[in-house]
Amino acid sequence: MADMVKKATRESYGEALAKLAAINDKVIVFDADLAGATKTGTFKKACPERFFDCGIAEANMMVAAAGASTCGLIPFASTFAMFAAGRAFEQVRNSIGYPHLNVKIGATHAGVSVGEDGATHQCNEDIALMRTIPGMTIINPADDVEAQAAVLAAAQYEGPVYLRFGRLAAPVFNSPDYKFQMGKGVTLREGSDLTIIATGILVYEAMMAAEALAVEGISARVINIHTIKPLDKELVVEAAKETGVLVTAEEHSVIGGLGAAVAEAIGEECPVPVVRVGIKDSFGHSGKGAELLKEYGLCRENIAAEAKRALTLKR
Amino acid sequence: MNEERRKQLAKAANEVRKGILTEVYSAQSGHPGGSLSIADVMTYLYQEELRVDVKDPRWEDRDRLVLSKGHVCPALYAALAQKGFFPWEELKTFRKVGSRLQGHPDLNKAPGVDFTAGSLGQGVSAAAGMALAGKITGKDYRVYAILGDGELQEGEVWESAMFSAHYKLDNLCYIIDNNGLQIDGNIRDVCSPYPIDEKFAAFGFEVITIDGHDFEQIEEAVQKAKTVKGKPTAIIAKTVKGKGVSFMEGKAAWHGAAPNEEQYETAMGDLAKIEEVL
Repeated sequence: MADMVKKATRESYGEALAKLAAINDKVIVFDADLAGATKTGTFKKACPERFFDCGIAEANMMVAAAGASTCGLIPFASTFAMFAAGRAFEQVRNSIGYPHLNVKIGATHAGVSVGEDGATHQCNEDIALMRTIPGMTIINPADDVEAQAAVLAAAQYEGPVYLRFGRLAAPVFNSPDYKFQMGKGVTLREGSDLTIIATGILVYEAMMAAEALAVEGISARVINIHTIKPLDKELVVEAAKETGVLVTAEEHSVIGGLGAAVAEAIGEECPVPVVRVGIKDSFGHSGKGAELLKEYGLCRENIAAEAKRALTLKR
Repeated sequence: MNEERRKQLAKAANEVRKGILTEVYSAQSGHPGGSLSIADVMTYLYQEELRVDVKDPRWEDRDRLVLSKGHVCPALYAALAQKGFFPWEELKTFRKVGSRLQGHPDLNKAPGVDFTAGSLGQGVSAAAGMALAGKITGKDYRVYAILGDGELQEGEVWESAMFSAHYKLDNLCYIIDNNGLQIDGNIRDVCSPYPIDEKFAAFGFEVITIDGHDFEQIEEAVQKAKTVKGKPTAIIAKTVKGKGVSFMEGKAAWHGAAPNEEQYETAMGDLAKIEEVL
């Protein structure tokens, strides 16, 4: 495990875009002066004639992407999650979501693991914001393999997609032959006492938590929800029915994110306790990404602890 | 432009104005002032200039028109109906439940609408994206963005202007409906965007200022914009809000108010008088 390959999903975004450059001439990439950080620079290198820097002007970038999409192109509009979902929310809502246009939003640097830049750049609200837009698909990949597959799948899919990537290098645990299916959750580990439903970089932590729980005789199922909207309701409800209690884990506010989506889904069909691991309605601050993940409880130790607490709530 | 064509266009624009009043009166809701001020430009574009196909509204080689000041869609709908995109009678469904003619233009509903707009500042960005797409795909269509002078207060307009000039989008033409009034009053008093011409020139646009009710000037400007290379054009059309309806002309109060029955009759009477003279 010590020599496990680690890679930030923003790197995967850039690499997958470069692959798309070779296979799909409809793909164009927009960035807002962050090509080095969002890694769209990798696409620029591969295909400079289809890369367009929009400057530090995210509102215009989003709607220009929308306009280009009406002319048959597949624009990937890229910036930090804070500016994609936050600053340009109304543009995404009115000019991409409402007309249901074929724009892909590549949102990097999501969550507190952005690190040193601090709270202004750590977006813990983007999933909540994007979930409120009818017809928006939201994908939060867990590792490099899944992220690259998600980018390729998004290009194939007709409609708006919000792709969420991280800055911090994350363990690559999916095998190279992993098959990504948009909208389908992945059961990574079977279990009967409880289910941990995780997304993004917390999927691997959830698996590690489940291993630790197993040592203590607790059988935890682990589900990876890469597509937060539309949510794989069937899989989530099945887990609620079969294991009776759920723990969600995400690098996002507990308000409006995966935990909320899961609670809403099972609340109507099979109400069981849901313990949400996430940012507890607070802002982040500066520090090393890995340190902050620990501080905010976005780690295997806290997921395991919360799983044990969840078991006490089980009816 | 010969006198015959000028008269034909003036008659067509007068019909568009009747359509605008019919829409707003039927809905008892909508924005007559700015619709009437842009009616002549809109009529010229659809009757004389735009390469569109009413049988194939999504034809990929068509010219595009984005109504960035989407609230004046009564003018767009009337011009589209006059062109034959949908029946004139449908104008009476404007803003009503089930209508394709939404309160602000919806590209997925009304045939001929090229972009969903109305949240100010966004349509111009969409037009820029379409113009850029034309350059990428090597198509020769042109893109027109109609925006309001009050709309120039939106920061996104200037983000977009910078982008359009940077990418040398000479297939893109802004037309600014400079009627001088916005909801809260005179644009000079609310938060002045003047000098509009110097601002666009500074952003790298070719700038042409015209009387937006003079078809000869409209034609000259639109044709000249087509010859400009390496930069987008901004046509500043000086107009009168509420143009053609005596009691609406120059009144900010008619920005977003519908006429009652008596006012509607008076307004239609005004337009009938204009027609008589033509």
